[in-house]
Amino acid sequence: MAMQYLLGNEAVAHACLEANIDFASGYPGTPSSEVIDILRSQEKRGFYVEWATNEKVAYENALAAAWCGVRALFTTKHVGLNVAADPLMTSAYTGVTGGFVVLSADDPFAHSSQNEQDSRCYAQFARVPCLDPASVQEAHDMIRDAFSLSEEFGLPVIFRPTTRICHSKSDVDLGTVGDEHRVGEFCRDPKQYVVIPAHTRVLHRLLNEKQPAIKKRLVELGYNTAEVRGKTAIIASGVAASYVQEVIGADVSFAKIGAYPIDEDWLRTFVDAHTRILVVEELAPVVEEAVRQVATTTEVFGKMTGTVPYEGELSPAAVAAAMATAGFSPTQSFPAQRAPAAVAPRPPILCAGCSHRSTFYAMRKVFKDGIFPSDIGCYTLGLQLGGVDTTICMGASITVGSGIKQSGEERDVVCTIGDSTFLHTGIPGLLSAVYNGANMTVVILDNRITAMTGHQPNPNTGITAMGTESTPISLDAICRACGVSFVETVDPYDLPLLLATFRQAKEKDGVRVIIAKQPCVITARRAGIKRKPYAVDPERCTGCGVCRSFGCPAIAFADEKAWVTDLCAGCGVCADICPSGAIHREGR
Amino acid sequence: MNGSFDILIVGIGGQGTVLASNVLGEACIREGRPVRSAETHGMAQRGGSVESHVRIDGRYGSLIAPGCADLLIAFDLLEALRYRHYLPEGGRLVTNRRFVTPTSVYMQKQTVPDEAEILAALGDLDLTCIDAAVIASEAGSPLSQNIVMLGGASRFMPLAAETLLAAVRACVPPKTVAINERAFSLGRDAAGRC
Repeated sequence: MAMQYLLGNEAVAHACLEANIDFASGYPGTPSSEVIDILRSQEKRGFYVEWATNEKVAYENALAAAWCGVRALFTTKHVGLNVAADPLMTSAYTGVTGGFVVLSADDPFAHSSQNEQDSRCYAQFARVPCLDPASVQEAHDMIRDAFSLSEEFGLPVIFRPTTRICHSKSDVDLGTVGDEHRVGEFCRDPKQYVVIPAHTRVLHRLLNEKQPAIKKRLVELGYNTAEVRGKTAIIASGVAASYVQEVIGADVSFAKIGAYPIDEDWLRTFVDAHTRILVVEELAPVVEEAVRQVATTTEVFGKMTGTVPYEGELSPAAVAAAMATAGFSPTQSFPAQRAPAAVAPRPPILCAGCSHRSTFYAMRKVFKDGIFPSDIGCYTLGLQLGGVDTTICMGASITVGSGIKQSGEERDVVCTIGDSTFLHTGIPGLLSAVYNGANMTVVILDNRITAMTGHQPNPNTGITAMGTESTPISLDAICRACGVSFVETVDPYDLPLLLATFRQAKEKDGVRVIIAKQPCVITARRAGIKRKPYAVDPERCTGCGVCRSFGCPAIAFADEKAWVTDLCAGCGVCADICPSGAIHREGR
Repeated sequence: MNGSFDILIVGIGGQGTVLASNVLGEACIREGRPVRSAETHGMAQRGGSVESHVRIDGRYGSLIAPGCADLLIAFDLLEALRYRHYLPEGGRLVTNRRFVTPTSVYMQKQTVPDEAEILAALGDLDLTCIDAAVIASEAGSPLSQNIVMLGGASRFMPLAAETLLAAVRACVPPKTVAINERAFSLGRDAAGRC
């Protein structure tokens, strides 16, 4: 219908509108976040959309909506599916009546993630269908089909785009946005929805019995296609299929896998027609294992032969290299990788005026010998400031801190966790640490928003995803309810007070909580909050470099003197740090 | 070859590489041509080095292989050096004359070459150098540097200048259309004088 240049996630959101979605819930995570952000920013919105406190909550909310017969979407990044894995596994047994699409965005190369896990493995594990788009256009088309596929089989359908789909743009042929919405109605059926052993044993059998029909249907849907063009073949899945199409010769057969489970009969027919096959896919060898299961005399190349890497993301050049190793001739040659020029690194960095910077500074100043478990958020960048010793997954700062302390470690443990992450999975860890008598300090980096993923509101923000005002929760009250008696809220721009609070906490026993509260500098700027920038008095600057170690991108150095650039957000913390008193607010 | 014209836009998070990629994509839609692009999103944007791949007439994936870009547009001179290996020997680079010193240089006491040294290191390329900050101020806003650079690079793209200008109008915030139109034209003129 209308051709538009869209981001993969924009195309997916549009397809949800075309599919008359009724309910959407998720937790932000790169590269999935834009889908719900786009859905929630629709001017005319005849459906419900929310940001939930974590992925398990979001999954269960959306699942229940689908039990009530409406079309529901759940969005997460791949690691969030771990959090939602508990309901995922059993929801395959209970099934759904309304279409339920589980969008789990994978991140090969871990561009912004802690690992490179493959959501297709969850689909196999749970025995639910999985769609794996090769292009932005296909992502759009698959989402439209995913809801009806879910309704047809009464199962959640996992939709698994990768970073290079979510954050790629393309010309996309869009359909018409629908406006027919359903109203949920729960039909009581304990045999379906109460998974006591007697019920669940039956449900498990029913799930297994659905599998053959699912495989046949996925072949009919046309997302698994094969073209025999010669005696050798390449089989590829997801975005890697488009890399293969760029370099495959006209005399090499090609099969594209976009849907799982793969029908073995269909696959065997293709495999048997070839003497040699290369399987190209990112992350886990899901397709390769299926190919090896049906192959008899065909020689199979892939990850298990060391031809295709297990780690990272693929590219046309990587595919061409794998082809050459397996005895195929790519149609394009790529120049040997020249080493990139050695240039001073420019990694992402906490913004100028970010309140986390002063919190890390004060924490390190007071707890010189401390151990610093941290968590997932912008503040993981505190690594550059020496303030992050561990990060494993959402909510794991307090739990890791408690474990380190209870292991007998004598040094002080100071955890950092963002407000959204604290609400996500931090609270149970705090409760457990307090109850079991851990001795540690917890710093909640409270910037009032889920910043890293694009400033989504959370229960601390005071506004819902749909833009409705809601009473912000009290972090102080939550901590006190968890049994913490030392809870101090402090403005991290007030460095002397922040330092004093850290010193006070250091003297106490038990779990101490410091809430460092200051809105994210980006949201503050968007809200029109203006602070006068600071400047260096070159007469008083001794070039000692103390401000330099603070790591603010607004502080530059030239001719052995510091100066403040136009990035300055006016937080004023550097003025408190400068031992010569050379930094002052402009216009003074 | 599959016939796509591959442009790599590099810069620093916050300099507007995504908007520049949007302008190119919109121009392709207006000329009825397929296009693929890939961008940096998420935390990597926070002041870090960023890249946008744009493949005009692209029909497959969105990634450009090192050594294969038809055009490299650098919003920051140091980033031009960092990504120059995406160009073949003697490839075409349109770069901003200035660069922002990475904070890592101050924190870890690393050294950076000066502008003249970087330009010398890029000397084997087909080089167009634009003083984007000065031209953007002349256009009316320092924030229009990305469109200045796009205007300069527009001389080397298989897209009509009129289409690109229409795409600029469609993509930039409505209040800034006049400034960005000037930025595009001044950038294009500046590249013509190089």
